[in-house]
Amino acid sequence: MVTALLLVPATAWYLLLLVVPLGILIVFSVGTRSDVGGYTPGFTFQNYLDLPTRWPSFQNTLTLALIGTILCAVVAYPLAYYLATRAGQKRTVLLVLVILPFWTSFLIRTYAWLQILGSNGIPAFLEALGVDPKPVLLNNRGTVLLGIVYNYLPLMVFPLYVSLDRLDKRLLEASKDLGANRVRTFLQVTLPLTAPGLISGALLVFIPMMGEYIIPSILGGGKVYFVGNALVDLFLQSRNWPLGSAAAIGLIALVIVTVAVYLRLTRVRGGRDVSLI
Amino acid sequence: MDRAQFQKLYRDYERGRIDRRTFLQVSGLGVAAAVIAACTPGGGAASKPPVDPNADWKPPTGVGLGDTLNMTTWPNYHDQATLDKFTSLTGVSVALTIFGSNEEMLAQLQAGSTGWDVLVPTNYTFETYGKLKLLEALDLTKIPNFDAARYEAKFLEPAHYPAGSKDLYGISKDWGTTGYVVNTKEATAPMTSWKDFFDMAQGDLSGKVMIHDYQLTSIGNALKYHGYSFNSVDPNELAKAEELLLAVKPHLFAISSDYQPPMRAGDAWVAMAWTGDGVQLNRDIPEIEYVIGSEGGEIWSDFYAVVAGAAHRDAAYAFLDYMAVPKVMAADAGFHGYPIVDSAGIALLPEDFKNNPIIYPDAALLSPLEFGAAVTLTDQNRADLWNRVKSA
Repeated sequence: MVTALLLVPATAWYLLLLVVPLGILIVFSVGTRSDVGGYTPGFTFQNYLDLPTRWPSFQNTLTLALIGTILCAVVAYPLAYYLATRAGQKRTVLLVLVILPFWTSFLIRTYAWLQILGSNGIPAFLEALGVDPKPVLLNNRGTVLLGIVYNYLPLMVFPLYVSLDRLDKRLLEASKDLGANRVRTFLQVTLPLTAPGLISGALLVFIPMMGEYIIPSILGGGKVYFVGNALVDLFLQSRNWPLGSAAAIGLIALVIVTVAVYLRLTRVRGGRDVSLI
Repeated sequence: MDRAQFQKLYRDYERGRIDRRTFLQVSGLGVAAAVIAACTPGGGAASKPPVDPNADWKPPTGVGLGDTLNMTTWPNYHDQATLDKFTSLTGVSVALTIFGSNEEMLAQLQAGSTGWDVLVPTNYTFETYGKLKLLEALDLTKIPNFDAARYEAKFLEPAHYPAGSKDLYGISKDWGTTGYVVNTKEATAPMTSWKDFFDMAQGDLSGKVMIHDYQLTSIGNALKYHGYSFNSVDPNELAKAEELLLAVKPHLFAISSDYQPPMRAGDAWVAMAWTGDGVQLNRDIPEIEYVIGSEGGEIWSDFYAVVAGAAHRDAAYAFLDYMAVPKVMAADAGFHGYPIVDSAGIALLPEDFKNNPIIYPDAALLSPLEFGAAVTLTDQNRADLWNRVKSA
């Protein structure tokens, strides 16, 4: 009885905020757009058949989220390694510094990049150094990539840090005793043992990146288009709710498929189960 | 007392640091209100009173207005002092929700339960709003300060639904045009037309031009490039506009309706723009000029309307009546920089406002302009076209 009560809040939460909206989305996705926009009940798969016309936004999202995840891993791994093994007494301070950006609103941090990369920021500095013509750093894929890597990096650092910190150092000594050099020890001992951290970190950054909307709309200037931006446009500007619902379900499907493939591949390679925590 | 001081005082009052009496005394509003109350004839006027251009506004008597009014409107569109004065006269504070397009407002109203009371829709929305019963036909007896005789007919016409009927769904707030702003210090070649705009965007000004994130204006002006109607829904003409927009897109600095910041920062040199933004940019940076495309383009007018089923309906009517007072609207126009329609309000405008060619352009430039049509807002082909351009 008490056990059942413990589950009530979470169950109600998921029913109301996940299952019900998902149901509405599915119902809407087989309807049609009314003359003035919005939703008219119906039963058609036309909206799903129209999804390929939005493929560029899916492709763009997938590409940038994958590159963003890899960049996060590349930047975060050495940092986490340093924090876990070399930082010594500075560790606490450095860990706080990693979370520090979260103390300011995500929106403000992203707008700050707008100032830094805008005409009066770095480009003005480069111009003063004699770079001609003055470079434009805003509103391209590189800027958006910078924005997402910057914002999601801590989510990659922490799982990696935890797994590196937990690494049994005696295994490294054993590896050394058995004649392996540093590179071999890293590749055969450290990396496989910290793979769960890497895998969960990658999921923690990849999934929200796939749903990203704010960063491309601020730093992409309406020219770097994610599925999130397509959804906002479909629901608000075009008011084609059925197609928007189908696109939303398409995005969910794409994330599920990508993550399933990813977990499958990493399981084969790592040969162990992955815990997300 | 300057504006900053007043705002600080008002904030203190809002937060309860000072009481209402102190607020009214220190700000001088109490005295002003008392003087006005003493000077104006009392009692509800049964017939329309003649306009006294210097008359202030008096809240309706015998009606409980509540303490809140939710208004949904556009960016940089209201003088905070105008709203604050309404609050001090009625005790009703005005909460603003800011939107970027009529489509988004419509989408929210269609979804329902917005809690909005007053809406600021554009001319071409009334047919859709009327059909969907999202606004209420105005009860003009509750807006005694409004007098249709002082309004040029073409500006009120769109707010009648069904078209031509007597039912009025909105009273004019202001009107304007959709042209573009040019930083003439950076973009030195003369630009006068939409042809110049789109050609230069792909040429010398590549990387420095912005278009609206708004299908109605961006597609409409691309149609003007080819000499078609701003409102065209002809598939062949739309195909030509799409071709142009797709060709221009890689050369654009951005697709965004928030063009003031990049124009001020110098990131963009040319941007599709509405009248008031042109006025505000030109006021602060004189080398930024406003151009109306010689082929034509859009003329539009915005209205104050009451949302159907508004929770604060009486306050909404009181606000519409307040904004219909010539003195109030003229003062507000001084801030937002859009031309107003009410002839008694225009008479109160300062000379430099009335003679500003951005605000009141030459008749020759205005005559080819078109009002946006209802179908232009809701047409599925245009919506899809815009989505394709943006996702390309």
